[in-house]
Amino acid sequence: MNPAPRAALMITCLADIFFPEAGVSLVRLLRTLGVEVDFPAGQTCCGLPLFNSGYHREAAAVAARTVPLFRDAPSVVVPSGSCAWMLKHEYPGLLAGADHQEARALAPEARALAGKTYELSQFLVRVVGRTRFRSAVPGRLTYHDSCHLRRGLGESEAPRTLLRNLEGAEFVELADAEECCGFGGSFAVRLPEVSSAILDKKLAAIEKTGAEAVVACDAGCLLQIAGGLSRRSSPVRALHLAQVLA
Amino acid sequence: MTAPATSFRKRAAGALQDAFLKQALSIATTRFLALRQEAFTGFREGEALRDRARAIKEATLQRLDHWLERLVDNVEGRGGRVHYAASAGEARAIVLDIARAAGARLVVKSKSMATEEIELNEALEAAGITPVETDLGEYIIQLAHEKPSHIIAPAIHKTRGQVAELFARELKRPVAADPEALTRIAREELRDRFLKADMGITGANFAVAETGTVVLVTNEGNGRMATSLPRVHVALMGVEKVVPSLSDLVVFLAILARSATGQRLSVYTTLLQGPRAPGELEGPDEFHLVLLDNGRLRQLGGPLREALFCLRCGACLNVCPVYRQIGGHAYGSTYPGPIGILLTAMIQGRPAVSELAHASSLCGACAEACPVRIDIPRMLIDLRRDNVHEGRAPQPGERAVFRLFAWLVRHPRLFRLVARLARLAQWPFVDRGAVRRLPLFFGEWTRTRDLPPLAARTFTERWHDLRRET
Repeated sequence: MNPAPRAALMITCLADIFFPEAGVSLVRLLRTLGVEVDFPAGQTCCGLPLFNSGYHREAAAVAARTVPLFRDAPSVVVPSGSCAWMLKHEYPGLLAGADHQEARALAPEARALAGKTYELSQFLVRVVGRTRFRSAVPGRLTYHDSCHLRRGLGESEAPRTLLRNLEGAEFVELADAEECCGFGGSFAVRLPEVSSAILDKKLAAIEKTGAEAVVACDAGCLLQIAGGLSRRSSPVRALHLAQVLA
Repeated sequence: MTAPATSFRKRAAGALQDAFLKQALSIATTRFLALRQEAFTGFREGEALRDRARAIKEATLQRLDHWLERLVDNVEGRGGRVHYAASAGEARAIVLDIARAAGARLVVKSKSMATEEIELNEALEAAGITPVETDLGEYIIQLAHEKPSHIIAPAIHKTRGQVAELFARELKRPVAADPEALTRIAREELRDRFLKADMGITGANFAVAETGTVVLVTNEGNGRMATSLPRVHVALMGVEKVVPSLSDLVVFLAILARSATGQRLSVYTTLLQGPRAPGELEGPDEFHLVLLDNGRLRQLGGPLREALFCLRCGACLNVCPVYRQIGGHAYGSTYPGPIGILLTAMIQGRPAVSELAHASSLCGACAEACPVRIDIPRMLIDLRRDNVHEGRAPQPGERAVFRLFAWLVRHPRLFRLVARLARLAQWPFVDRGAVRRLPLFFGEWTRTRDLPPLAARTFTERWHDLRRET
């Protein structure tokens, strides 16, 4: 365990405006573990939507304003695999290749940020070292792997470890849990028919588990899955990992 | 292939309406996936072999001119002839010249995506030469006057029932929708063509530079017959398919069939060296190897370089959530699926994929499945970037929207103000706790999904209270 743990929260734009409860739960959870949580002001979006659609100059400008926000943080916790991936995998290269000298000068700092940034489940299991929690949501839970967390950051175990060890909940595996939910950022609105067809398959698998809630570690997937469940009038809830750990 | 008239989105939406397609795709890709998984489970050398294969590809491309020269020398040293085609048109002309010189009227073909790429069948027919596809899947789609919808399973979009109907209609042979019975009929129909054909045309999975060996990987034995029965054999292959040595070849053979069909080896691995030599019993009188560039060589130092590693196994199609929903035809180009977008950009140029480059959720399943670990999502993002940079954003007006968004993101106060305004503006659209219908392009989301309402207070707004909780 980290001797004097302190972490800065990067809330991410989607969690900030759509799922603030996930952020609140995350802060309370980290505090119960003795982690002091900062929330650096001035946060907006990490720029991933710009990056994925090919607007790399704009994404580099966003990276250049985001990196200094977390300058003083010993570590940065992100409740979204895709945004964590953006910081860890793309910021250093984007800034190193940026048009402006001031942005390029931030590349070393971006590399430092990449090294101290963690997606929530990874932070809990691999940094804090806590894997046993009570469940805030009793009943049966299942888990959807977000693509960026699983394949981008190579993490499929940490969330499962936490869910398997949950006291007061039953964890069941989702069939084809590693398959994309069809969100893909702008993909969801560029090709809504395809995005929804992919989602339908995911929703059918979720409903088949008989779970009360599907848990994910990415606000993007949650937006897509929650939106699909709601349209089906499904009783299944889509929750962020932070919302089920107590 | 000429650019399709409709947008990818329209074609994809059309494909989603096809219940037969959905059923056929779901069965076939799920089976391919399971077989591939099984083939690599417990195959301890698998991961190291994938790394090794990738390293061989990289090293070969570093000295491609050298290996191609060796290949040419060794093929010609065994009495074969090598031709170089810079474009699809040149490749067609070369094959037609060979066919005319040989007086060929009937040609049997083994499955080859390279011949699809240059639209060889159409050119042969226009010259009065009859091409007959002899791979079962290719035979089916030739009867149906369609194009392959998968790199290794060209008729993957058809159910067995549809194939039975097709045979009854085109061959006047009513048959049960049973794969064995269907195969028997195709075999009977094709046997006579093999015996009468003047020329055999194949692709090549690999060509070994040091020995001048052309390698065909098939499952039906038709490749072997197409290369041994007719008087003339023409093999057409992309320049990137050369491998230095037989020991390199073994590395690729160990992962190709496993990735493609989940087999440890395909049923037939045919190694061909030149025409029939004196004293040999089998083989053609003439052997021609056509090396096709068609956009490949300029990528040796280009952004799509890694796509030249592709073995055409089709694994990235089988795992792609987009391909699995819409199949291959909706892509509207010879090569479908994630790798197909890159190959289309390679062959037709970047502008051809301004829309197609977005036909991916960037989930990364393709890169994970690729036997040589081609980073397909990375190259898709780069294609998007270069197209945006060159003024070819896929949607009119999207550049302005993304730039406005980027500007807001850099101005937190305004960003928050817009979020607050959106929160107010959403109320007319909230119904029973969810946003169910939105105007403008937001409606693309709510067409099939709800949107959770924007929270009454954002996390940023709640932080003020939350900070004091301790």
